[in-house]
Amino acid sequence: MSAPPTTASRATRAIGGLSLAGLALLLGYALWWSPPDVVQKDSVRIMYVHVPTAIVAFSACAITTLASGMWLRRRSEGWWVLGGASAEVGLLFTGACLVTGSIWGRPTWGTYWDWDPRITSTTLLFILLVGFLALRRVDNESGIAAQRGMRAAIVGLLLFPNVVIVHYSVDWWRSLHQPATITRLDPTIEGEMLFTLMLGIVVFALVFAWLLVHRFRLGWLEERVRATGLDAAIVERRAEADLAGRAR
Amino acid sequence: MGAVAMTHVGYVVAGWAIPLVALGLYAVRVVVRGRRLAEQVPPEERRWS
Repeated sequence: MSAPPTTASRATRAIGGLSLAGLALLLGYALWWSPPDVVQKDSVRIMYVHVPTAIVAFSACAITTLASGMWLRRRSEGWWVLGGASAEVGLLFTGACLVTGSIWGRPTWGTYWDWDPRITSTTLLFILLVGFLALRRVDNESGIAAQRGMRAAIVGLLLFPNVVIVHYSVDWWRSLHQPATITRLDPTIEGEMLFTLMLGIVVFALVFAWLLVHRFRLGWLEERVRATGLDAAIVERRAEADLAGRAR
Repeated sequence: MGAVAMTHVGYVVAGWAIPLVALGLYAVRVVVRGRRLAEQVPPEERRWS
């Protein structure tokens, strides 16, 4: 008996296995083996999920912008599906980044929320992603080939420029956030803390890759089912028209 | 060092549990929906399988 059809393949199983093993190792380092910070104490452990989710979210936005641009140029189904998949997974990671940042902010800054440039621009990114996905749904239902996805793709083009604003916001405006910590040639953290942060980035990138591939394949299947439904509706309408013609 | 002496335990647990649970639930939703739709699509349209 053959296995039921899924969105999985040998590659996704390998990525999934690596992600789970990596997550177990990351949890060990993030919650036990890495030392607490001198200033932040143990709340620094939230950074090992906050920073990786932020980096992954911004990468997802870059993919969505690229896919939107390519879709505007080529109108191919693959770019359309990729844009939606990366935006949806990116929305999840952006939400995780905002929530973990908020939880970390309470013991560290004394508040869950502040109109800090980086928090505000990341929230704007979250809203743009929601808008992008909502517009895709509206355009998808309208079914007008020429307009389908146009508005969504234009919003998609705005995502990565907003990521650049998020990144440089700490340099351009007064911010509660510290300036660059790990993207410098001489990172301001080291040892087990730097290793845990890097491990977190790798592990969450693997989780993102796994989710993106599965979501892409799900989107592909949704398009196939939608197309099949449209074909069936056209056949049905033609049959009805033939019957009406014969009756006259 | 270790869980016994940990400060801000509630924040650390919430900071990790919320994103991991959300990611897990989303992953399950994608896989289950994928299985359901994959049954409706012929194998030649599923290039990965």
